[in-house]
Amino acid sequence: MKKEQDKILSEVTGTDYKYGFYTEIDTDTFPPGLNEDVVRAISAKKNEPEFMLEFRLKAYRHWLKMKMPDWAHLKIPEINFQDISYYSAPKSQKGPESLDDVDPELKKTFDKLGISLDEQKRLTGVAVDAVIDSVSVKTTFQETLAEHGIIFCSMSEAIMEHPDLIKKYMGSVVPYTDNYFASLNSAIFSDGSFCYLPKGVKAPMELSTYFRINAANTGQFERTLIIAEEGSYVSYLEGCTAPMRDENQLHAAVVEIIVEKDAYVKYSTVQNWYPGDMNGKGGIFNFVTKRGICRGERSKISWTQVETGSAITWKYPSCILKGNNSVGEFNSVAVTNNYQQADTGTKMIHIGKNTKSTIISKGISAGFSNNSYRGLVKVVKNAENARNFSQCDSLLLGDKCGAHTFPYIEVDNANSIVEHEATTSKIGEDQIFYCNQRGISTEDAIGLIVNGYAKEVLNKLPMEFAVEAQKLLQISLEGSVG
Amino acid sequence: MKSMLSIKDLRASIEDKEILKGITLEVNEGEVHAIMGPNGSGKSTLASLVAGKELADVTGGSITYLGKNLFDLNPEERSKAGIFLGFQYPIEIPGVTMVNFLKAALNEHRKHKGLEPLSAKDFLKLLREKKDLVEIDSKLTNRSVNAGFSGGEKKKNEIFQMAMLEPKLAILDETDSGLDIDALKIVANGVNKLKRKDNATIVITHYQRLLDYIIPDYVHVLFDGRIVKSGGKELALELEKKGYEWIKNQVNGN
Ligand SMILES: Nc1ncnc2c1ncn2[C@@H]1O[C@H](COP(=O)(O)OP(=O)(O)OP(=O)(O)O)[C@@H](O)[C@H]1O
Ligand SMILES: [Mg+2]
Repeated sequence: MKKEQDKILSEVTGTDYKYGFYTEIDTDTFPPGLNEDVVRAISAKKNEPEFMLEFRLKAYRHWLKMKMPDWAHLKIPEINFQDISYYSAPKSQKGPESLDDVDPELKKTFDKLGISLDEQKRLTGVAVDAVIDSVSVKTTFQETLAEHGIIFCSMSEAIMEHPDLIKKYMGSVVPYTDNYFASLNSAIFSDGSFCYLPKGVKAPMELSTYFRINAANTGQFERTLIIAEEGSYVSYLEGCTAPMRDENQLHAAVVEIIVEKDAYVKYSTVQNWYPGDMNGKGGIFNFVTKRGICRGERSKISWTQVETGSAITWKYPSCILKGNNSVGEFNSVAVTNNYQQADTGTKMIHIGKNTKSTIISKGISAGFSNNSYRGLVKVVKNAENARNFSQCDSLLLGDKCGAHTFPYIEVDNANSIVEHEATTSKIGEDQIFYCNQRGISTEDAIGLIVNGYAKEVLNKLPMEFAVEAQKLLQISLEGSVG
Repeated sequence: MKSMLSIKDLRASIEDKEILKGITLEVNEGEVHAIMGPNGSGKSTLASLVAGKELADVTGGSITYLGKNLFDLNPEERSKAGIFLGFQYPIEIPGVTMVNFLKAALNEHRKHKGLEPLSAKDFLKLLREKKDLVEIDSKLTNRSVNAGFSGGEKKKNEIFQMAMLEPKLAILDETDSGLDIDALKIVANGVNKLKRKDNATIVITHYQRLLDYIIPDYVHVLFDGRIVKSGGKELALELEKKGYEWIKNQVNGN
């Protein structure tokens, strides 16, 4: 049987990464290197107000004193931060403009990715902020949203147009001192998305940011800030892809969400950065800090992620449940194949009374990959009647991959209930053969089993995303049978 | 009469131990064959080789199915070519509902025949029809494949799948064991209803009881990797009376 398994495993057909193309565009790119001048230059490029530069410099000086975190279950090759370029923007692009001003090559690029920047052409109403390398090139449906009082724009624009909101909220959930990659991001972030929902407003369409890395030897460092005032609601989607390259590229993002009383932010991610080839060459290093705070009573944040890409993923979308009766959710499917590594999970910090959190994590590992769930559930002393339920499942394909679970539970309140369940299962040859015997090919059998396994999480995604995510799961696991 | 399955001097080993020691078996369209034999004699090994499971290494002989070398086809191709195996131990697939599983299987079979996938409506109609045929509990089709099914439900589910896929050659490996007497009748009845002039059935069983309901044209006794005796349906009765000792003595006596 060993023989058979090895045979099938070795048939791993270099995953079909259809977003691996590169667009030839003239860029304005900084030479590689990182120092205070680079930080100043980025800020100057964007004509930022003084307070922003100060924030960046404080972050940079703090970062210099920090060390790469080494606690994750990851083998991270040494990253030389001087080899990376910290700013690359399409030359034609000075900032988000009207569609007619967007470089046709860029339009084509996003069309190819299935993201139309043309509002007329979009069948479904999803507003998009399209970010390529270091800048946002176009935000759609801005006017429509503005009619509802919603601000949806690139981070650069927000810094210029809404400095008071930025001053008040940026760094309020993820301070510039938070961790190595968040500090780095705070110093050199180049763009990202900003969204503000005024009191009582429910976004009339889904909002999304699409991140694309295009240029070589650059890193992408974007920041997203979402503020939901009392009683507001938004469903936010995030997608990302990158060309196939032999070199690793760094992506270090920060997402902050602030949710007031009775407001609800639903944040969904389909992460499909280039994962590297079947031998583990190339791929994106994805180090992301995502955190939201439920400030008001009955506020809610729900994180849903489907992580299939990146060579290395280090990511823990978290909720600080401060308001009484606030709710946090984390739903995750993380797939690793070939030599991919993922260390992902969440932190649920219960501070308010009657706060509730649910964690559903589905890890799927194949090939030689390593997939870890790492989660913290913390209940502070005064968080009366806090509730948490965690379900962490691992599915293994083959016997050369690893699945690990690191749950941390800290409960300081006697009236709280924290439940943790974990399972590990394997797609067996017998299951595959049973499907084969009914006429279902091995690839399709894996697709069926994996989608069945991840169903609970996929169901939480907005419709179009769910379909895309299903296909993605199958493609990511192509050729990996055990 | 047209040959359906022709097995010639088939030899197979598992980890260098010879399990099948030269099996020859001819099955024609329209026929029902029963294979009996003591535990460990190689019945399931033979069935799984026909279905394409790479459990045993074939060391000699041939299997021809509808004129084609069966070894050229992978398991899903064999399925689509009309070979169905009712598993002795049906496999559980948590998370995959029966409905999704059958839809995938059926549409693969249809694609193979150049047909469009069934519409959701027609699929559900077919599902209901076939469910009635094997009197399977309606709720079972909304559950995951075999997961948590009782022993008898699993066996019924095999016949249900067979009814959905309408195979040319069905091999039922001890589908009767673990069934209560009513379920046995239902299963046998299902098999009989699916019988046509141009398909064939091989039933593997330990009990002559089943053969009261599914009347075989031939009964074969598999003993230590060989078919040591073949005959009509009366052979099953004789076996029931005299036990395998009788065969053993006959074989050794030769
Ligand atoms: N995976 C395996 N590894 C080693 N030996 C095996 C394996 N599978 C089957 N065998 C052996 O092959 C022989 C034939 O087994 P098989 O399952 O075909 O018997 P059977 O006639 O179907 O028996 P039963 O009536 O108990 O179902 C047995 O000796 C069994 O132990
Ligand atoms: Mg058997």
